[in-house]
Amino acid sequence: MIKESFTLRGVEFKNRVLVASGTFGYGNEVKELVDVNKLGGICTKSLSWKPRDGNPPRRIVETPSGMLNSIGLANVGVEYFIREKLPYLRTLDTVIIANIAASSIQEYCDVLSLLEQQEGIDGYEINVSCPNVKEGGLSFGTDCSKTREITARLRTLTAKPLIMKLTPNVTHISEFARAVEEAGADAISVINTVIGMAVDIYKKKPKLSTVTGGLSGPAIKPIALAKVYEAAQVVSLPIIGIGGIMTAEDALEFLLVGATAVQVGTANFIDPSAGVKVAEGMRSYAQRFGVSDLGQLVGAMESNKEFSVLQSWL
Amino acid sequence: MILQHVAPVVSNTLIGEGIFLLTVEAKDIARSVRPGQFVNVRSTDGSLPFLRRPFSVSNTRGDLIDLMFNVVGQGTRMMASRRIGDTLDVLGPLGKPFGFAGNFKTAIMVGGGLGVAPFPILTRQLEEEKKSLLTLLGARSAKHIVAKDLQNTQIATDDGSAGFHGTVVALLESCLQSKALADPKIFGCGPTPMLKALSEFARRSGIECELSLEGDMACGVGLCQGCPVEISHGSRKYALVCVEGPTFNCHDIILR
Repeated sequence: MIKESFTLRGVEFKNRVLVASGTFGYGNEVKELVDVNKLGGICTKSLSWKPRDGNPPRRIVETPSGMLNSIGLANVGVEYFIREKLPYLRTLDTVIIANIAASSIQEYCDVLSLLEQQEGIDGYEINVSCPNVKEGGLSFGTDCSKTREITARLRTLTAKPLIMKLTPNVTHISEFARAVEEAGADAISVINTVIGMAVDIYKKKPKLSTVTGGLSGPAIKPIALAKVYEAAQVVSLPIIGIGGIMTAEDALEFLLVGATAVQVGTANFIDPSAGVKVAEGMRSYAQRFGVSDLGQLVGAMESNKEFSVLQSWL
Repeated sequence: MILQHVAPVVSNTLIGEGIFLLTVEAKDIARSVRPGQFVNVRSTDGSLPFLRRPFSVSNTRGDLIDLMFNVVGQGTRMMASRRIGDTLDVLGPLGKPFGFAGNFKTAIMVGGGLGVAPFPILTRQLEEEKKSLLTLLGARSAKHIVAKDLQNTQIATDDGSAGFHGTVVALLESCLQSKALADPKIFGCGPTPMLKALSEFARRSGIECELSLEGDMACGVGLCQGCPVEISHGSRKYALVCVEGPTFNCHDIILR
C-alpha cells in the first residue's frame, strides 16, 4: 500500500493531484467523463464578489505546445456559486478549494468571509496573479508588499488552509514566497500563467482581444519547474507545482524539485480525466521503484547546488 | 451524455478543393448525436496540434459519423493525413442541437463554405418531420461546393463559376422574391460575415432563423470559457458557444 495522501493545516488530500482553477469549471461540467472523487482536490474557477462577464473574444489561441488565454476571470460570482454550484461540490469525496480573485483587498476579504459561513469549502486559493484583468490580478501579484498584506488580512479571517497562487512574471518569485510565508500562508501555488502574445500577420493585429494573455501548457513546464525549485530553496511551506503537467512523469519532476503536490490545468481541456491519470501514473511509479510514500519524493532531487545560478540571488 | 471514443477511421476522402470527408466508427456518439451538435477531435497523441478541434457532425450511418473539414492549418492537415485503421480520439456529442420548435413548414438551409457541414444530418431529420426543404449553398467557386446528401439545392458562387453569381444571402433574397414559401424557417451555418448578413435579412423579413456558430474553443465542454458570443438580452453579456450553442436563435445573439 503506497501512501499518496498529504495534509495541509489539518485537511487531508487523498492524493497529490489537484485540478487547477479555471480549467475544471465548478466540477459538474464533466462529471459524465471523469470520476472526480479520484482527484486529490478541485480548485474552483476564480470567484469574485459580483459576476464577471470576462473579456471579449478572441480569448483562446493555440501556440506551440501550449495555449494563450485571456478569459478575464469570467465567473458566476460568489453568491450564485454558493446557491447553484456549491451543493454539488458538497456531495463530492474530494477536497474543495475555493479560488478567489478580486480587484481590491476588501473584495478578497468579503468573498472569503462569505465563503467562511458556508459548509463544504475546505480551503482557499488566492489568485493574485491573473494576467488578464486591469484591476487586481497582476498589479497585486507583482507587488510584494501588497501580496504580503492580502495574505496577512485573509489569514485573520480563516483557520482553513490559505494558499497563495503566485505569478512567474516577477524577477524573483522567492521574494514573494518568503513574504507570504511570513504573512501566514499555509502553501503557495507556483505558477500561474506566463504573459505571452501572438500576432495575426495577415490582419496585422494581436490574436487575443486583450493583446497579451496567459501562456499555459507544456511550453511553460521548464519555467514552472525552475520557479518551484527557486521557491523551495527559501521557504519551508508546502508548494503546489503547476505548469504544463500532462503526465505523471511531469508531475514527478515537480515533486522532485520541491513540490508537495501538483495541479493539472490545461491538460483538462484535452482530456478531462488527465488529473486522475496523473495520480494513477504516480502510484505506478511508486510501486515500480519501491517508494512507500510519495512524500519521500518531495525535494528529493540530487543536485550540485554550487552550479545553480539561482543560488546567487537567493 | 458526453462520450469519449478512440474511433477508427473508416474512410477519408477528398471531396472538393481542400475539403475532406472523414468517416470514423464511434457507435455511441453516432447513435445519440442530433443535428447541429459537434465533436471535439484529437488527431494525435503528441502536442502538435496541442488542442482538440471542434467539427460539427455532418451525417451518421449506423455506427459511423462523417466529419467534413477544410485543410486550413496543422490540425486539419493532420486529420487529412489519417488513413483507414488510424484512430482519432473523439469527444461528443457536444453542444445544443438545432431546434425544431415553431410551426414551420419549409426549412431553408443556408450554408456558406464549409457551413454546409451539418446539413446532411439536418436534412434527414427535417425529412422525418415531413418538412419541405430548400438548400442554398454559397462558396468562392464551383470547386468549393459540396452538395452531398442534400435536397432541393441551389448554388451561389463569388466568381460566378456555378449557379447564382453573388452571395448566398443574395440568392436567398432572390429565391423568396420569386416564390413565396409556406411558413419558412432558416437554418444558417457559415462564416461570421455571412451569418451576420443572414441574420439581418431574417430580422427584416420576419423569418425565424437559427444559426450555428463557430468559436475558438479549447475544451468544448464549458471548462475553458474560451468561446463567448455576445447575447442580446438578460443580465449576462456572453453565452458560451460550446455548451449554450453552437446553435442560437438569431435574435438572441449579437454578431460582431
